[in-house]
Amino acid sequence: MLAFLVSAIRLGMTFLLGSTGETITEKSGHLNLGIPGVMCVGAACGCYAEYMYFTAVGSNIIPLLAVVIPLLAALLGGALMGLLFSFLTVTLRANQNVTGLAITTLGVGMSEYIIDEASTIFTKGSKYFTASLPFADDLGWFGELFLDYGVFVYLALIIAVSTTYVLNRTRVGLHLRAVGENPATADAAGINVSRYRYVATCVGCGIAGLGGLSFIMDYLNGNWEYCVDAIGWLAIALVIFTVWKPNLAIIGSIVFGALYVASSYIVGVSFAGKELFKMLPYIVTILVLVVTSMRSKKNQPPAALGLPYFREER
Amino acid sequence: MNKTIALECRGITKTFGRVVANRNCDLDVYEGEILAILGENGSGKTTLMNMVAGIYFPDEGQIFVKGEEVVIASPRDAFAHKIGMIHQHFKLVDVFTACENIALGVEDKGRFKLAEVRKKVIEITQRYGFIIDPDKRVAEMSVSEKQTVEILKVLYRGADILILDEPTAVLTPQETEKLFAVLRRMREDGKSVIIITHKMHEVLSISDRVAVLRKGEHIGTVNTAETDASALTEMMMGVKVELNIQRSQPRDPQERLTVKNLTSVNPEGRPMLADVSFTAYSGEILGIAGIAGSGQRELLEAIAGLHSLTGGEITYVNPKDGHVENLRNKIPIQIRDLGVRLSFVPEDRLGMGLVGNMDIVDNMMLRSYSKGKGMFLHRKEPRDLAQTIIEDLQVVTPGASTPVRQLSGGNVQKVLVGREIAAAPSVLMAAYPVRGLDVNASYTIYNLLNRQKESGVAVIFVGEDLDVLMELCDRILVINAGRVTGIVDGRTAQKDEIGLLMTKSHDANETEAGEGA
Repeated sequence: MLAFLVSAIRLGMTFLLGSTGETITEKSGHLNLGIPGVMCVGAACGCYAEYMYFTAVGSNIIPLLAVVIPLLAALLGGALMGLLFSFLTVTLRANQNVTGLAITTLGVGMSEYIIDEASTIFTKGSKYFTASLPFADDLGWFGELFLDYGVFVYLALIIAVSTTYVLNRTRVGLHLRAVGENPATADAAGINVSRYRYVATCVGCGIAGLGGLSFIMDYLNGNWEYCVDAIGWLAIALVIFTVWKPNLAIIGSIVFGALYVASSYIVGVSFAGKELFKMLPYIVTILVLVVTSMRSKKNQPPAALGLPYFREER
Repeated sequence: MNKTIALECRGITKTFGRVVANRNCDLDVYEGEILAILGENGSGKTTLMNMVAGIYFPDEGQIFVKGEEVVIASPRDAFAHKIGMIHQHFKLVDVFTACENIALGVEDKGRFKLAEVRKKVIEITQRYGFIIDPDKRVAEMSVSEKQTVEILKVLYRGADILILDEPTAVLTPQETEKLFAVLRRMREDGKSVIIITHKMHEVLSISDRVAVLRKGEHIGTVNTAETDASALTEMMMGVKVELNIQRSQPRDPQERLTVKNLTSVNPEGRPMLADVSFTAYSGEILGIAGIAGSGQRELLEAIAGLHSLTGGEITYVNPKDGHVENLRNKIPIQIRDLGVRLSFVPEDRLGMGLVGNMDIVDNMMLRSYSKGKGMFLHRKEPRDLAQTIIEDLQVVTPGASTPVRQLSGGNVQKVLVGREIAAAPSVLMAAYPVRGLDVNASYTIYNLLNRQKESGVAVIFVGEDLDVLMELCDRILVINAGRVTGIVDGRTAQKDEIGLLMTKSHDANETEAGEGA
């Protein structure tokens, strides 16, 4: 049971990073369906950076650098994809949905190319990411459930909590929400809509990139698998599931993680059965979507989500 | 009087594609005055003001603020020069509170604290006499409250030049008076107020000077005290026009449409229509007066079969064979084919009835696509109809194949109303057909409605301007919060009387109903 929970949390934090990134993006009115691709590229860039670092320094590995370099690379890789998305949709006025899907396809392909250049085994690097507090093991179940995690779990939590704070308590957050709700209003109020959309998308994609890296380095212990994009789709679903609230997403991500890993912990399920289990998060999301759109007026997506904004259009 | 010029425009030109919105416009506003801008639809009033407010950027020309030339490339620049605009379509975020909306885009120094914004907002409300709850969400506000928030927004930023685009279009006479009182207080405070309006009596009562635009050009600015309605209209049109409605006595009125005890609730369970009953006769114009959102839309949609009801009856007497039909059992297309036509002009004009990206001909076809044989569309008839409407109603457009979206608001409306009237209905429901239309176009529409009435159509007209309702309609039904608060005679009714009925509370209504019984 404990192992199940720990596993759910570790996978959940990957979802959390992806969905927090997507939430920030969506709050600006950008429906970025490119998140799966962004997460792939983030993962690949991080892994490639780790590979380069290890190749360069040989055995003189500084643990801190072994963590920070891939993190920055994943962040940068994701942000660049976000920049591409914003450039296409804001500057070149391309359709957001089509652009998003193109980014996904592009990202998946690109990540495979990058990984083929490096290696598919990063277990050596993964050790640095999964290293937990030394005394965690001595505290019994408490330590195992709350303290025995690598850097990604805490990073994801910090990002989710601070995103909630920024969105609801700061001027930047107020402006960002206004841009996503009603860009014409925000524009008339003197807010630079394009800049907010660019920055929010790049930051959001950077965070989602971290999520991709956490999937490989933390959850898979450094064994590359060609399924990061599947996590990305779930991250988008999680945004809807948690009605665009990163603090709710903390719980939601663990629920998603649990649903996703449940199949491995239930004995006597066939292969096909396992795949059925993996569908659960999507089914839950559809149910939540139906319920929220039927009932509450408060938990709705940003009103201008997916809509382009050009000032002089009429 | 020796007053300083607050804002000056010189030679402003702006084009959208092939449509020229403004050509070589000059305009000046003094400190401590109220300037009204008057002009037909599509004469470029809003566009000109949008350039001052930084929404659009002029192709040519200069803008001076307090004598210095400025470049206003964005709303932020406009704010920096203390110019604030209250748009015709409110620019508010629905899910935010009044305070959050007001704080939007303001880059004060220091940490962001909503409590301080709130304090300052309350200060301003007290100074100018606004009534508003700063913590109310915009989605829950009435139109007049939303407008108050808009005005507070620009005052909060310390605007000295306020531009209001048709602020009274959505207000009751009482609310309009309150707004004007606030505007006068601002004038005393030394602020410059520019107000765009179509209502002549408002221009004459509130403004110090009037600037007139025609077809994108500035015709002249005159002192309000030295002019009158007919002189201003002449400036606007370039020709002398008669501004009166020929109201004839209804001829041979026959019962055409009877509505009994209609009730309905919205998805949140709030009553939208409560026990509405009335009869519309052929050869008569029945006016419906009420504050925006009192259930007018629901009522008309219910008759057209577009709004679901929880109770009540709608019966229709077919003029061809005298058959009595129950409209509640019919689907919208059947109702339409019986000759019950609805032309609803919503706040956003394009929202119902027209497709913005399609041209005028295609929009005509939205009503006639099912006619004709075979699988191919017949374009000749709609093309002729489009041409007729363009000529009859003087639609300003480069051609029948221009997307409707590119026309100015009033012209879009002419297309919509023209199409519904062309269908030769037996009941014509027109909701806000002149919303935002200029004087000349409005009278064209009134005359169209009158012609329909004379040919025996039962016309139901939902209007905003009480003066017009009293001039045009034979009877006026007043509705408030989904209830009929009275039906008065259009020829003898007093404005105050209707105004009171528009705001009459439920309790009063019930007491009176009790007394009557």
